[in-house]
Amino acid sequence: MRTTVPLIIAFLVGTLLVVSFFINPERIFIGDAKDVVLQWMTIVGGFALVLGVVSIVRVNARAVKRKSEGWFFKLMTIISVFAMAIPAMLPVSKNSVGGSIFYSIFPDSWMPLLGTSSSSIYDWLFNYVDAPMMETMFAMLAFYIASAAYRAFRARSAEATLLLLTATLVMLWRVPMGEAFLRLFSENLPGYINTYVMGGFNVAVQRGIIIGAALGAASMSLRIILGIERTYMGK
Amino acid sequence: MIKLKAIRTLPVILLTITMSLILNSQAFAQNFGDSIFILPRMTVLIFLVIFSSAVLLYTKWAKAGKELFVRKIAGIDAVEDAVGRATEMGKPVLFIPGISDVDEIETIAGISILGRVARITAQYETPLLVPVRYPMVLAASQEVTEQAYIEMGKADSYDKDTVRYVAGEQFAFTATVNGMMMREQPAACIYMGGFFAESLLLAETGNAAGAIQIAGTARPEQLPFFIAACDFTLMGEELYAASSYLSHEPLLLGGLKGQDFVKIILVLIILVGTFLVTFDIGDWYLNLFNIP
Repeated sequence: MRTTVPLIIAFLVGTLLVVSFFINPERIFIGDAKDVVLQWMTIVGGFALVLGVVSIVRVNARAVKRKSEGWFFKLMTIISVFAMAIPAMLPVSKNSVGGSIFYSIFPDSWMPLLGTSSSSIYDWLFNYVDAPMMETMFAMLAFYIASAAYRAFRARSAEATLLLLTATLVMLWRVPMGEAFLRLFSENLPGYINTYVMGGFNVAVQRGIIIGAALGAASMSLRIILGIERTYMGK
Repeated sequence: MIKLKAIRTLPVILLTITMSLILNSQAFAQNFGDSIFILPRMTVLIFLVIFSSAVLLYTKWAKAGKELFVRKIAGIDAVEDAVGRATEMGKPVLFIPGISDVDEIETIAGISILGRVARITAQYETPLLVPVRYPMVLAASQEVTEQAYIEMGKADSYDKDTVRYVAGEQFAFTATVNGMMMREQPAACIYMGGFFAESLLLAETGNAAGAIQIAGTARPEQLPFFIAACDFTLMGEELYAASSYLSHEPLLLGGLKGQDFVKIILVLIILVGTFLVTFDIGDWYLNLFNIP
């Protein structure tokens, strides 16, 4: 039963979505199936968020309780989850039943701080805490690229040397000063790099990978729809 | 052998082109809004039929016991070695099934591979860490991991927090996983699924932690980062083949052979197209693949 029911659902939904691709949505409702299923997925995903919150609280609370290494940061994680979520979920007006009860207990001056408007606690935390931290992490990528490039571009073999030379040319071509430097050798050199290296070898290889990946994805989807592949259920 | 295969595929290609021509000519003659079927998409349907037939045929042959050769994929073979290394070192294995949601086929592929990896970690009783970014991936991964432990007779060893939700934000997820890597010092890091800008941040940190690293993604823009920072990388279709390959089940390997057969057809179609376009007589041919 635990295997059969998911297999039937996978077959029916998969087949429906494949068929809907070929059906005109203006004539038969099946043509809209993809949009409807995506809406369902958003709703199910919303409910599943509770699982995420339970998981994050359980894992971190256990570490806090045991006072294991870095427990303070785990405590901060739990506090952050609720500090972002609770003010955003509280009512912002008295018009609803929940809102009228809430503001009979708490002062009306709290109203602009709640919800997700521009003056809310949620918005302040997002703009001044969350976003800068995300940007910091993203900015660190530059240093990681430098260290990865150092390893990747070491000329240990003929292929690696070729990669190093190509990468050097492409990097020079990408910055205005480097492009000016390349033009000292030939006015057409940046154009050749663009046409043959980026538009030629690079695109050809990328398309090869994309075609292979698309076939792999289609093959896997087919195996799942037909119930041949059950590994996604742990079988 | 190749010649024989090419001759076998010829009628299929001719049939495809003929049917596409007929259907597309009808489609262009009719108004798109009047038809029940979206006729310009019929080329896709024909390919779908050919593709499905090839996969099913090879699966049937595999079921009948026919020996099918599937080339060795070093990155997938390395998965078992990596878990073995972690067991010997007494350190955990870190597995990330991508950072996409469960509606992406790459994530499904990642979760499928997780099932295989979890069987190996269950067998050797090696700790497994699976941080995820979406609650639905959490539910699916927990189910797959628990099932793997039960099937290996190690249900008691399964920890509910093996698979854990970390953060919904891309870089919050990355920061947490990077911290986890530096604290837990996993002996093996396996990244299988859809990755974006965080791919290098994760792989470089894993490298700094001294882990053996295996990555697999279908996104060509992230592949160079994984190739630079990981020991083994599964490229594109290899990611989708990994779970079948690891299962060693002939039935699943049949699907991979069917996929290879369709690849031969596609190569021939591309060659024909290149020839026709080179001699400026390929407009009608390009229209066949102009899918609205």
